[in-house]
Amino acid sequence: MRLYVIAVYLFLYIPIGIIALFSFNAGRHAAQFAGFSTQWYGKALDNPFVIDALKTSFTVAMTSALLATVCGTLAAVALQGIRGRLRMVYDALIYMAVMVPGIVIGIATLITLVTVFDTLNPLLATLFGGKAPPQLGLGKGSLIAAHGLFTMALVIVIVRARLQGMDRTLLEAAADLGAPPMRSFVQITLPQIAPAVLAGFLLAFTFSFDDFIVAFFVAGSETTLPIYVFSSIRRGVTPEINAIGAMVMAASLVLLITAQMILRPRKR
Amino acid sequence: MLVLPLLVVVLFSFGERGAAGGYVPAFTLDNYANLAARWTAFQNTILLAPLGTVLCLLIAYPLAYYLAIKADPRWRTILLILVIVPFWTSILIRSYAWIQILGGNGLPRLIAEFGFGRPRLINTPFAVMVGIVYGYLPLMVFPIYVALEKIDRRLLEASADLGSPPWRTFVQITLPLSLAGVATGSMLVFILLMGEFLIPQILGGGKVFFVGNALVDLFLQSRNWPFGAAVAATLVMVMLVIVTLYLRAMKRLSGGRDDVAMM
Repeated sequence: MRLYVIAVYLFLYIPIGIIALFSFNAGRHAAQFAGFSTQWYGKALDNPFVIDALKTSFTVAMTSALLATVCGTLAAVALQGIRGRLRMVYDALIYMAVMVPGIVIGIATLITLVTVFDTLNPLLATLFGGKAPPQLGLGKGSLIAAHGLFTMALVIVIVRARLQGMDRTLLEAAADLGAPPMRSFVQITLPQIAPAVLAGFLLAFTFSFDDFIVAFFVAGSETTLPIYVFSSIRRGVTPEINAIGAMVMAASLVLLITAQMILRPRKR
Repeated sequence: MLVLPLLVVVLFSFGERGAAGGYVPAFTLDNYANLAARWTAFQNTILLAPLGTVLCLLIAYPLAYYLAIKADPRWRTILLILVIVPFWTSILIRSYAWIQILGGNGLPRLIAEFGFGRPRLINTPFAVMVGIVYGYLPLMVFPIYVALEKIDRRLLEASADLGSPPWRTFVQITLPLSLAGVATGSMLVFILLMGEFLIPQILGGGKVFFVGNALVDLFLQSRNWPFGAAVAATLVMVMLVIVTLYLRAMKRLSGGRDDVAMM
């Protein structure tokens, strides 16, 4: 039994180890290890395409995670006040958003956005006239919208778990002492759910940063880091991809572990 | 906000393709009649997604069992986190790792050095299967672990005290009580597998393709959106039917209890 468990853990971690190991390969072939070197990290960070993709990914992840956190937290607080059948409908919808395969979300968002753009663009053209009326199209904006939408569900789930563990008598006490709802939200609810909000933000950021499939559909001509990695893989295996992969993995691990640490000690 | 996009997909699936791709409103069932053109993708998905789910389940169950029942409680949390962590990192990069392992210069060369010939591993259904099990194992372990952990230990002790051998305790008590977790885990993995695109793309090299790959092709390369929408709508429909049947079967198996539900 114990041997089996060890084997499964090896199965889970050897591939990750291999990515990291070969990212330090001195040789240019990904298959043979020819000594230790960090040159591929340098090459990756010098590559303008990588830097551009990284910037796009970061902007999109930051903006969409902020949006998702603000909207998600407010939605979670609002949902707390809804009971009964309507609540069940909302719950089902949120879980659906977490569970539907990314590809379906990608397609659905793509079609919806393009339909909206197609109706709005002629309108914009008549409104502004001239030679170059403003045009809506796929790009950073649509990426942010799509990521914001599907990470929002994640934030709602996390914040709500924390809200449910909150002591309701505190809110009642605040109301009894005459505090307006806004004030008790800022002074009581917010400090208590702050860890969950922060953890939700970190998870949303990681999700957006690592997402390939939704981005692949709605990115238009923009290239995020996962899209760049995907198209490089098609051209072949190189230590440079390993270096990028190792860095991305390390970054998301740090974020995830931070999120876990924020959530854990207060849960008990 | 969340349901609208799905409705738009269904609407699109009845439309016609514009001259330059895109969509022209219409009401036609041609797209659905045309589904047979992508039959291979459906066939692969319908065969390989359940197979992948079963493989995940077979590998995950003993691990979850060990973590929930046998493992030292001091180590339990850290072991559990170690299972989840890979799942939260980029599946793209983790699949890429398997190209290196299964590709010509990885495992096949190692096998060749032992004198067993040089099997082709990458771009085969086998490679896709390995990628799938690797990618989705954590998702299966977690719900099963939760279900196993909830089992009242006194039941297991009572069974042992009454003289039943361990295998019998397992078959009659542990297994039935963990079915809810098995159902949840299989459902999660199965649903996500039905829509999988990356793993077959990267490890199947375009030879082993799923409906997901057909969808990407239809939407992003050949830009036949209405047909793509019809494929997507069919996929969601097939998914719903299988999920419903499966949940019903699980409910019967567990003696009509209500806790065998998703989430």
